[in-house]
Amino acid sequence: MLESANPVPMMTINGCVIVAIRDDLDDQEIVSLQDQLVEEVAKRAAHGVVIDISALEIVDTFAGRMLAAMAQMARVMNARTIIVGMRPAVAMTLVELGMTLDGVETALNADRAVNAIVSGRSNTP
Amino acid sequence: MPNEVTISSIIINDYERVLTEWLKVQSAEGVKRTDLVSGKESEQQSRDLLSAMAKAMPKEATDDNLDLAEPGWEPVRDALETIAENRTQRGVSTTEMGWFIGALKQPLFKILQGEIGEKPRILMREIWNVTRLIDQISLHAIETLVSKREAIIERQRAEMTEVAAPVVKIWDSIVTVPLIGTLDSFRAQTVMENLLDAIVQWEAEVAIIDITGVSTVDTMVAQHLLKTAAAVRLMGAECVICGISPKIAQTVVNLGVELPNIVTRVDLESGLAYAFERVGVIAGRG
Repeated sequence: MLESANPVPMMTINGCVIVAIRDDLDDQEIVSLQDQLVEEVAKRAAHGVVIDISALEIVDTFAGRMLAAMAQMARVMNARTIIVGMRPAVAMTLVELGMTLDGVETALNADRAVNAIVSGRSNTP
Repeated sequence: MPNEVTISSIIINDYERVLTEWLKVQSAEGVKRTDLVSGKESEQQSRDLLSAMAKAMPKEATDDNLDLAEPGWEPVRDALETIAENRTQRGVSTTEMGWFIGALKQPLFKILQGEIGEKPRILMREIWNVTRLIDQISLHAIETLVSKREAIIERQRAEMTEVAAPVVKIWDSIVTVPLIGTLDSFRAQTVMENLLDAIVQWEAEVAIIDITGVSTVDTMVAQHLLKTAAAVRLMGAECVICGISPKIAQTVVNLGVELPNIVTRVDLESGLAYAFERVGVIAGRG
């Protein structure tokens, strides 16, 4: 496993892994975040993952693909993944790039995402 | 040749005579537009322009120094700027502006003929100089007028876009943007930006785009709507497009446009009903 100098803080509450990305990540850091996340999901037998990207100002195609991949990995480990807090500028850029992240669930903030996971309610149809 | 009469000497020395004649021609040609510009103003503008010309006029006209683009002609260009500015606001047409300057030719030709009518060679040369100069001024005036108008159009467009996409919060967690008119790329971008910002600001769960007022829905517009809906979804909210009239439904299907994964409703009412259901508001009559 790759060790990042500055690992992204991650905590599990009530079977829900919460990841708050606090800084723009380079490709290497995203790869290590992915490793870290699947480890955490396996260790805690989590059934939900919430990734807060509200601090991210730049999401390129690589980061977008990695986020989608993380959601997919978590799903095969039986954890529902919701990405929260995307900035308007980021959303517009991703759409312009043609990355609509179709398989990924989204929510406005972590609060709603956790509620949706805990209650088992679908957030996006 | 000493004391030869040229266009320069006429404008500099016979200033008052030219001005009087010019004003006469202006009213005879009907380009004075007394309804838009008062006679006094017209006279003042003519006087300003002519004195600027007298100031800029070279003592001896050659092929090169009768070029309006030369730095020496700046006072004339400035005077034209002021006149065009004033006349744009009054709604004077370009033809009238052109004629206003063009009317200056007749008095100049008249004086030239009176002074050097018996010397055809010199007369021809001077007539050519006058024509060249006046035409340049006239074209410059028209160009200035047009660019002033374009500036006005640009400003109005900016004002239009400002009010074109008003996003309103109509309920807790529900925002809506009513679209009216045509949806071009520029406007679609503004709509998207405003809508996404509003979603963050009001923590909206549902965003309703009302296209009742959109005149035509073609593949381009559908593309824009799809993009907006995708961006809204990425933000974690849901997008409802309402105002799909029977006509729009037909065009959309006939064009082969697909709106996958987007909730669409006939009118704002049913769109709102759907949004209420999504956010868990129970609404009923009485």
